[in-house]
Amino acid sequence: MAALSLQKGSLSRVVLGADPVRRALYITGMMPAVLYFYWGVTDQLGADPQNILERALGLWALRFLIASLAITPLRQLGGPNLIRYRRALGLLAFYYASLHLTTYMLIDKGLDLNAIIADIIKRPYITVGMLAFTVLVPLAITSNGPMIRRLGANWRKLHRLVYLAAAAAALHFIMLVKVWPLEPLIYAALVAALLLFRVAWSLRPRPQRRAAAN
Amino acid sequence: MLIRKSTDIRPSEITDQSVYMRRREFMYGAAALGMAAALPTSAFAMPLSAIKSPLSTDETLTPLKDVTTYNNFYEFGTDKDDPSKNAHTLTTKPWKVKVDGLVNKPADYDLDDLIKSIALEERIYRMRCVEGWSMVIPWIGVPLASVLARIEPQGSAKYVAFETLVRPAEMPAQKGFFQPLPWPYVEGLRLDEAMHPLTILAVGLYGETLPKQNGAPIRLVVPWKYGFKSIKSVVRISLTEKEPKTSWSLQNPREYGFYSNVNPAVDHPRWSQATERRIGASGGGLGGLFAKRHPTLPFNGYGDQVASLYTGMDLKKYY
Repeated sequence: MAALSLQKGSLSRVVLGADPVRRALYITGMMPAVLYFYWGVTDQLGADPQNILERALGLWALRFLIASLAITPLRQLGGPNLIRYRRALGLLAFYYASLHLTTYMLIDKGLDLNAIIADIIKRPYITVGMLAFTVLVPLAITSNGPMIRRLGANWRKLHRLVYLAAAAAALHFIMLVKVWPLEPLIYAALVAALLLFRVAWSLRPRPQRRAAAN
Repeated sequence: MLIRKSTDIRPSEITDQSVYMRRREFMYGAAALGMAAALPTSAFAMPLSAIKSPLSTDETLTPLKDVTTYNNFYEFGTDKDDPSKNAHTLTTKPWKVKVDGLVNKPADYDLDDLIKSIALEERIYRMRCVEGWSMVIPWIGVPLASVLARIEPQGSAKYVAFETLVRPAEMPAQKGFFQPLPWPYVEGLRLDEAMHPLTILAVGLYGETLPKQNGAPIRLVVPWKYGFKSIKSVVRISLTEKEPKTSWSLQNPREYGFYSNVNPAVDHPRWSQATERRIGASGGGLGGLFAKRHPTLPFNGYGDQVASLYTGMDLKKYY
């Protein structure tokens, strides 16, 4: 996605953007991944480092997805307009989802493609997780100026797929736990609230323009 | 009035000969205890001596730190580190075990009386969790068969049922709004499984009394079954004619059965059981991050000893 506009400026400018706040957001946003890898290779992740790393990366993907979904309701409810940071949050979610998938394929499955394909077909929570990731791919590819201009009105339609990705990601988390611990339910409730808010907002009674003019 | 002048040394103060003869062991134990005291989890541990067993594996032990900080003991919370953080509140003395049902000697046994004069053995066993990870743990305990011989099952007894303590004041996940399982935690074995020489009641690990997060003061260890069968902090042993209810199969009968023998050929409905992560394995040199998974063995590698218990049974049906 970033490669598409490489010709326009330096790599750091393309990857991180010109806005200093946005740059800071990308850098701090990647800190959890850097820290978890560092803790992992220095044996500071406790008894089950593979599982902790894999889960942490997945959880951060879900957190950034939720953050990106919160931008619009925040503005609509009279809060600050943070729309210029939404792309960064969405891309961070995609980066974490990619790292999560990589650790699953590399560490969990040892790149055994047959086992991975069998997992995707046989294990509903893997199927749902892969669905979430697959949906994020076209969104990440089209998260740049040239693609937005090229797609025009279709861009908004395409990016509604993020609702599906978030719902699938939250479900993926719930499906892999043994009992009903609070944490995955809290994340699922947040996603549900953000999606239901959009439904409620679109159905809100609006004064007609003529009436408003009177 | 008779005024007795106390002697300089009372009989109770004289070290018993048998203890005196083991003074070196005591020192080693104290040294181990001193080291263990660095871990808050083991602060209450007392040294135990036990005889070695030919049933032990010679595989690399999972480090004590991992054995005592990576636990499933839902009475103390559902996170792996919850038991090591929360179990210190548990009082394990005095400890009664209620023995009832189809036995000739039902009673509320004091723990010491239940296992008195049965030789403690060290059993180094693989432990395979249903979640897909495993450890190698040096347990100390007594054969369950020896305890059953003491309480004398009646001829009609076919199963042994076990129950964990319910004490919400000391087990935080047993109170409040969000409780992961119904209490008490219950488990069971067929009588022949319970009588099998591999099945033990453990009272210690790594040369010391059991840490509380590992199921102090007494727990079951059945090494060829998934870990949740090895019920912790046991307060009741009942002999029954009917197959007893077990906590995880009550919670989700489709995913967890009564037998729950380790079996790489029968997947958990949501994940594969073909391989396992060995906890504490330091493969690849990068903090265990790239340690290879181990293949899971039928009956957790104890097939030679226990497969005959299940001759003619469809283990896909009786999972």
